[in-house]
Amino acid sequence: MSATSHYTSTGLDNRKIAIWAFIGSECMLFASLISTYLVYKGRSITGPFPHEVWKDPSTGHVFKPILNIPVTSMSTFVLLMSSLAMVLALAAVQNKHVPKRTLGDKILGSSKLWLFMTALLGATFLGFQAFEFTSFVHEGLTIKTNLFGSSFFTLTGFHGAHVTAGVIWLLTLLMIDFKRGLTPDDALNVDIAALYWHFVDVVWIAIFTLVYLIR
Amino acid sequence: MDSSHSHAHSASHSDLHNDPHGAHVSGEEHTHPTWSTYWKVALILTLITAVEVWVYYVPAIVASRMFVPGLLVMSAVKFAIVVLFYMHIKYDHKLFRALFVGPLIIAMLTLLALMFLFGHLSFGHVGPVVPLGH
Repeated sequence: MSATSHYTSTGLDNRKIAIWAFIGSECMLFASLISTYLVYKGRSITGPFPHEVWKDPSTGHVFKPILNIPVTSMSTFVLLMSSLAMVLALAAVQNKHVPKRTLGDKILGSSKLWLFMTALLGATFLGFQAFEFTSFVHEGLTIKTNLFGSSFFTLTGFHGAHVTAGVIWLLTLLMIDFKRGLTPDDALNVDIAALYWHFVDVVWIAIFTLVYLIR
Repeated sequence: MDSSHSHAHSASHSDLHNDPHGAHVSGEEHTHPTWSTYWKVALILTLITAVEVWVYYVPAIVASRMFVPGLLVMSAVKFAIVVLFYMHIKYDHKLFRALFVGPLIIAMLTLLALMFLFGHLSFGHVGPVVPLGH
């Protein structure tokens, strides 16, 4: 895990350059997905709709607005807190050799605790998303129902897949920490995972506002 | 326990292995956030999210012209705070900043261009949104 870095002409670690370049490309991927959602916004011919009531003319069934803001607000809060846990995990690894005298120091300095908390909060977010997707399907919105369904499930599904990859990455780091212990020499590896995780968080910040809150 | 530290780097190869942020420029001063900064940032993010959700439930605000710009500003502030303090771009090498900000600008310009192209945004009269196929 603690692979040595090579000298580069920039004097920067090539792994760090790679993750930032990857995050830059991911910005454009998510911008295309968000653009697609926004371009199709309000252009669905049939419901259910995100913020409006819709009456199916063929059956007379009335569909209420499908987005569940309280549930999504909770999941947003959970993801934000996972970012806090992630920076605390990184700080704990970076300061592994600093003596911990008080219980507070020991808690703050436990990389295992914070890595576990980050993965747990990420998994909780995925649980919220699974609940949301399931309830949408039960209420009659699938990826094939209308333009809103197609663009919504594609956008949030891609984001969920990224969160899933992040949780697996975090669990791998946690496993290594339990097996041999992460040291300050591993800080860059944790830092790279942290950058990915925070990126997933900032993407959700944009999605929450653009998809859920703006009517 | 305070993780705050400030150190001047000397650009030796051996140091590169121990540089947790991979940013290593001769004579560059790096200051990293403290744990208390991380907690304060989390509190600010939570408060902004709470305000965003509260705004969503106030009909007078939703009906006002400030609803969408207000939400966009709050979202942008949250985005910037996470990138600056949690992704520590504020403290990192300028190349990393360029690798992130460059594509982000392209992405935002593309998004805006598509919004204009499909009639969601306009410099003048904004026509009604017509469902595709009509």
